Amino acid sequence: MASKPELSAAKIPSSARPIRFDAEKCVGCNRCANICQVDIFIPNPEKGRPPIVLYPGECYYCGSCVMVCPRPGAIELEHPLMNQARFVPVKRPEEEQPC
Amino acid sequence: MKNVYDWPYPNEFGVREAVESDVVVLGGGLAGCFAAIAAARKGLRVALVEKGATERSGSAGSGFDHWESACTNPCSKVTPKEIAEAYIEEQDEYSNGIAHYIECREGYDRLLDLEDFGGKVRDSEGEFAGAEFRDEETGLMFAYDYTNKFTLRVWGSTFKPALHKELKRLGVLIYDRTEATALLTSVVDGKKRGIGAIGMNVRTGRLMVFKAKATILTMSRPARVWLFNPDLVGLCEFRPTQSIGSGHAMGWRAGVEFTMMEKSVKGEFSAAGRSFPPYGTGNNHNTWYAATMVDARGVEIPYVDRDGNELKTVSERYRPAPGQKFFLKGGVIDEAKYEYRGPETLPFDELMKRGYKLPFYADLSRMPEMERKVIWGMMVGEEGKTKIPILQNYTQRGFDPERHMLQSYGTGWQSAAFLGQERQLFGAPGGIMHDWDLKTNIDGIYAAGDQLFASDCCGFACATGYYAGRKAADWAATVDFTEPDASEIDREEARLYAPMYVKDGMDWRELNMAISKCMQNYCGAVKCEDLLKEGLNLLESYERDAVPRLSCNNPHELMRTHEVLDILEVSKLILNACLLRKSSSAPLCFERSDYPEMDPAEDRKFITIRQEDGRVVRGEVAHRYFGDIEEEYLRRNGDYIADRAERYGDR
Repeated sequence: MASKPELSAAKIPSSARPIRFDAEKCVGCNRCANICQVDIFIPNPEKGRPPIVLYPGECYYCGSCVMVCPRPGAIELEHPLMNQARFVPVKRPEEEQPC
Repeated sequence: MKNVYDWPYPNEFGVREAVESDVVVLGGGLAGCFAAIAAARKGLRVALVEKGATERSGSAGSGFDHWESACTNPCSKVTPKEIAEAYIEEQDEYSNGIAHYIECREGYDRLLDLEDFGGKVRDSEGEFAGAEFRDEETGLMFAYDYTNKFTLRVWGSTFKPALHKELKRLGVLIYDRTEATALLTSVVDGKKRGIGAIGMNVRTGRLMVFKAKATILTMSRPARVWLFNPDLVGLCEFRPTQSIGSGHAMGWRAGVEFTMMEKSVKGEFSAAGRSFPPYGTGNNHNTWYAATMVDARGVEIPYVDRDGNELKTVSERYRPAPGQKFFLKGGVIDEAKYEYRGPETLPFDELMKRGYKLPFYADLSRMPEMERKVIWGMMVGEEGKTKIPILQNYTQRGFDPERHMLQSYGTGWQSAAFLGQERQLFGAPGGIMHDWDLKTNIDGIYAAGDQLFASDCCGFACATGYYAGRKAADWAATVDFTEPDASEIDREEARLYAPMYVKDGMDWRELNMAISKCMQNYCGAVKCEDLLKEGLNLLESYERDAVPRLSCNNPHELMRTHEVLDILEVSKLILNACLLRKSSSAPLCFERSDYPEMDPAEDRKFITIRQEDGRVVRGEVAHRYFGDIEEEYLRRNGDYIADRAERYGDR
C-alpha cells in the first residue's frame, strides 16, 4: 500500500447554521460530538471549549446532541429559517358557514 | 474565524483489524440491535457494525411516536393474521406477507423487551388517565383505531439508549463509527455462502475484517437517489444523512436478490427546499392524526367516514365506520381501499368546491384536552425529529396549542409540492427478497428492517430484526468459519482508500448531484426502454470517468464519498429493475410509455433481480410465494412460541 495519506479537516460551509453553542455554559465534554450519528462535529482542539461544527450542511436535525447535553442551554439546534412553519392566534368564525 | 483544523483522530490508514464472531450484524438501528440481541440470547458471539453511534443511530435513533400492528397486545381486538392479510390486500399483494405477519405476531413482544430494557411503552404515571385512548388497566395508549387498539403510542425517544445498554449487558461487540462496505462470500461445497464483511472506521480509516458464520443486513433503504441538495445534505431525505442504502449496494455487488426495485414514488418527505420538515407544519396525519383542521377563516374542515358521512365528534375520527371491523392508518397507508379506509378530512377538491379558503391550519385548541396534549407534547416530541427542533423550538418561539394554530402548506398533508421526477423509495419500497427465515438467496446472509422489500415502520424493523437474529444464530450453530480470500480484502482496501490519494479531484457532492440529475432525467415519473438505457449509459460513464477523480481529505469525507458510490450502485440496480418490468403498474407507481398496459395478469408477480458475474439475472416469484402466513409461521417457530410465555408472562 502507498504511504499513509495526510489528513486535514476544513470546515465545509452551509447556508444553514443548525447548531449554536453558548461557550459560557458548554464544558467541552464532547458528548454531543460522540452521539451525533452524522458525525458533523469534531472536538475542539482547545480542551474544555465547545466542539467545532465541521459539517453543518450534513445535520439531520434529530436533536440527539441537545438531548444528551448535560448543561441545559449549552447547545441549541434550529432549523433554517425557511423551515420554520408559521402559526397564528386561533380564529373562530362568526356564524360563518362554508357555502 | 479558523476554518482548517488538524484531524483530531488517529491516522489508521493501512491498519487492519480482524474480528471473529458467530454472527455479524451490519447496521445498528432498531433492526440491527434486535438482531444482535436475539443471537446473543442464544449464547452466540455477536458483532454489531454501526456507522454512527448505536446509542442514537438509525432512522429511529432519536425516537418515534407510534408502533403499528401490535396485534397481540392484551387490548387488541384483531388477530395478527387479520392485519397482515389486510396489508397484503391493501398493497395489491406487492406486500411482504412474511415480514408483516412477523411484525403483527411478535411486534408486541419486542415492546415488552424494550420495556424490560428500560424503555417507556405505557403511561404508568397516569399522565393521560381518563383519556379515551388509554387503557386504564395496562396504561397502554392507542392511536388511530380506538375500537380495535392495535397501534400503540410509545415513548420512542427512550428506546435506542435502552437497546444500547442491553447490547452492552449481553456482551455484544459494538463497532461504532464503522461503516460496513462489502460482504465477504465464498463457495463452500459448490454453493455460495456469506462468510462475513469488510468495514472501515470512519474517523480513523482502520480497515476492519469481520469473519462470521452468519451475516445480517440491517441497513437502510436507498436514499439521495433522485433528491439531493449539496447545501443541505441532511435535509434531502426523511431518513438520516448517512442512511443511503449501502446495504443494498453491497448486497447487489455480492449477488443478493432484490425485488420491487422498480417502485418509486413522487417525493413525499424532504425538507431541503420543496417542503417543510415532516411534522413541523399543521397537518392531520400520522403523528398528528386526527387533528382538527380549519381553513383561513377559522371554519372547521369536516371529517367524513368511508361512506362520506360527516362525523360530528372528535371521538368518531378514531372509530371504524358502521359495519366496518377495523381501519388501517399511518405509515405506508396513504389512501386505503374502501374496506380498510378510516375517517379522513374531505378531499381537497371538494373543499375548494365548497368554498373553503387557503391556507389551512391544524387547530388543536378545539380538541379535547387529552387529545391535544397527546398530539402536541407526546407524539410531537417522541417522533424522531420533533422533540428539539419542533416541540422545543416552536414552544420557545411562542407556540401554544391552546392559543395558536399551525399552518399547513400546499394542498396535501405532505406540506409540499414535488415534481413527478423528484422521487423517493417510500411507501413500502423494494428491497431484498427472502424466505421464511429472512434469509437471502445466499446461504448465511440474512436481512431485516428497511432492507427487506415492502418494509415500513419501527415495529416492522424490531420484529424482523429479532426474527432474523435467531434464524441466523440457528444457521451459525451448524457451520464452521470460512477463511476469506486475502486478495478480496486487498482489492476492497484499494477501492476504499483510492480517493484519499487523489489530489485536487472531484468532491462527492458533485457526483451525487450528477447522479440525482441523471435519475430525474432518465428514471422519472414516465419511463421507457431508451431513456432507462441512456441513464445506465450515463452512470457507467460516471463510473469510468468521474469516480477515479473523486478526492477527499479525511475519513469522514471518505465515508461520504463511498456513500455516493453506493448511491451510484443502487441507481444502476433501480434502472435495471425498471428495464425488467415490461408493463405499467399502479401499485408499484410504475409508468412506462412503451408498455402502457396497467397491471396485465401475466405481470402480477414479483420480478426479482440479481447480479451474477456482472450480468443482470431476472427471476419471477408468485405474489403469495409465502403460503398461508399463519400456518407457515407456526410450522417454523415452535421454539419461539414455547419460550414466549416464560419470558413475558401474561403482560
